[in-house]
Amino acid sequence: MARTDRRFTGRIWKYGDNVNTDVIFPGKYTYTLKTPEEIAAHALEDLDPGFAANVQPGDLVVAGRNWGCGSSREQAVSCLVLAGVRAVIARSFSRIWYRNALNNGLLALECPAFVDLAVAGDTATVVLDEAYIATSNGRTVTFQPLSDDVLRILEAGGLIPYIKQQMAV
Amino acid sequence: MPGQTFAQKALARAAGRDTCAVGEILDVEPDVVLSHDNTAAIRRIWEEFGQDRVKHPERMAITLDHAVPAPSAVHAQNHREIREFVGDQGIVHFFEAGRGICHQVLSEEVVVRPGQVILGADSHTPHFGWLGAFGAGIGRSEVAALWAQGQLWLKVPATMRINLNGAMPEGVTAKDFALRIIGDMGADGGLYRSIEFAGDTIHAMTLESRMVLPNMMAEFGAKNAVICPDEPVLTWCLERLAMRHGIEAGSSAWADLADGLRKDCLYPDTDCELESELHFAAEDLEPYIARPHSVDDVVPLSELGQVNVDAAFIGTCTNGRLEDMSAAANILATRRLAPGLSLVIIPASSQVLEACIELGYAETFARAGAMLGVPGCGPCMGNHFGVPAPGETVISSANRNFRGRMGTPSAGIYLSSPAVVAASAVAGRIVDPRELD
Ligand code: SF4
Repeated sequence: MARTDRRFTGRIWKYGDNVNTDVIFPGKYTYTLKTPEEIAAHALEDLDPGFAANVQPGDLVVAGRNWGCGSSREQAVSCLVLAGVRAVIARSFSRIWYRNALNNGLLALECPAFVDLAVAGDTATVVLDEAYIATSNGRTVTFQPLSDDVLRILEAGGLIPYIKQQMAV
Repeated sequence: MPGQTFAQKALARAAGRDTCAVGEILDVEPDVVLSHDNTAAIRRIWEEFGQDRVKHPERMAITLDHAVPAPSAVHAQNHREIREFVGDQGIVHFFEAGRGICHQVLSEEVVVRPGQVILGADSHTPHFGWLGAFGAGIGRSEVAALWAQGQLWLKVPATMRINLNGAMPEGVTAKDFALRIIGDMGADGGLYRSIEFAGDTIHAMTLESRMVLPNMMAEFGAKNAVICPDEPVLTWCLERLAMRHGIEAGSSAWADLADGLRKDCLYPDTDCELESELHFAAEDLEPYIARPHSVDDVVPLSELGQVNVDAAFIGTCTNGRLEDMSAAANILATRRLAPGLSLVIIPASSQVLEACIELGYAETFARAGAMLGVPGCGPCMGNHFGVPAPGETVISSANRNFRGRMGTPSAGIYLSSPAVVAASAVAGRIVDPRELD
């Protein structure tokens, strides 16, 4: 599956404001856990202990303001990617988390109107080309379309593959 | 065209341009790229590029600080891989375990100079704004990309100026001011912004106190934060650089160095575009506390009520400097810890530790019953050295009190200035030092 599948539907996990990197991926693991399985198994451990065991590929994480504040640790993104999360949709993102998401090929969308509508456990459909999200009962909200710079990195699957393309490694 | 903010000037210069606009995305060449115990992980990412050599080894700065001395064989192996990498690549600015916390050590060594840009795989990299540099935190992949290419895209942030004028009341510190700002405006109050600190109170602060402000702005969501460099900053840089390069005071090399430092300083234009501006009167400030589990859950200490504590911690890149040690020593000189309470004190660098020994603080701490640790991050992010038990309450001089931050999700962390931590360690509950008998 290309990272930028233009239209996809996922199940919603919903969280609040100021969710920080320590509860997304605890600092005590940052230098010890290295395999993808281990990293995925601790995703959101201190926020929602049921998440890692029940998340399914293609799920959506929906959150309030300032998602991902705190540490620069990239596992706070990669644990979600490895757990199969398809996109994170929030009112706003902390700037380092947002950069890390993009650089790891994880779609991060700012869309406060959708956060108001989203219900945990429900599904929603994201249509990238037309920049809207539809809820399961047919309501739609729009978001700011992604810039070309952002799309290029996402389409490559993240910053490292993008630079490799540029360097023709 | 309106004048340029500090952030515009610093990023334009690092992108090889004269000016730039807020919101523009630039390819920036940072002067310094920081990493620490995460260097081994970054190396594994960088190896995907298939390069033998990093592009600019002289621009890299690496410290071992987050888990030192290594608490486990896995951590020790991590340090070992970093040392090998440093040797292979010929990296000069490498600081061994025990030298101290990255932000403190690079400040002491003036690896970063006024007007420069430093990007670091550490969220508190805005720290370097204390000396007039542009510092921003980035991710590991981005650091790997910088090692390979030497440049990275950055968006030019809008600027929020925060003014502080007047005389600070006795017992009120820079930490209290930082907590007040974050408490008033929320943990995302400065999201994506460049914060410029200004006002006579800021420039009347000691350099050690100033360091607290940009450092804490990481908890405000800021991209960078800056205080315009003045004479004390230039003197700090000049003396330390001269010592490192063996330049004698008064020589022509000394004068050249001083000239160069001065010329590189960047100041916002008087007609620059500010997105917002805040004014605080120092007289209105008091000691503040951030309550678990959020840095913006701030109350005046006078309104906190009774909070008993099990453990106390003085240290970190925010408040582990000599004046912080001195504040603790003043309180502990004639007192002992409350029974059953543990106090861990960790100087931010080996220079701070040496001064603690010379000035007798080390002895004071030991006699009071405190544990003096090896310079580094200590329990700040829960790696080791004073991790709390489940359900315990900690008072700490650190910058962050998220759930699980110190390794134990059910522990509650209160944040304050070092003097309040020391006083609370004596009283067994959170108290204002001015209330101790
Ligand atoms: S002392 Fe704490 S906040 Fe500072 S660099 Fe170390 S872990 Fe990060």
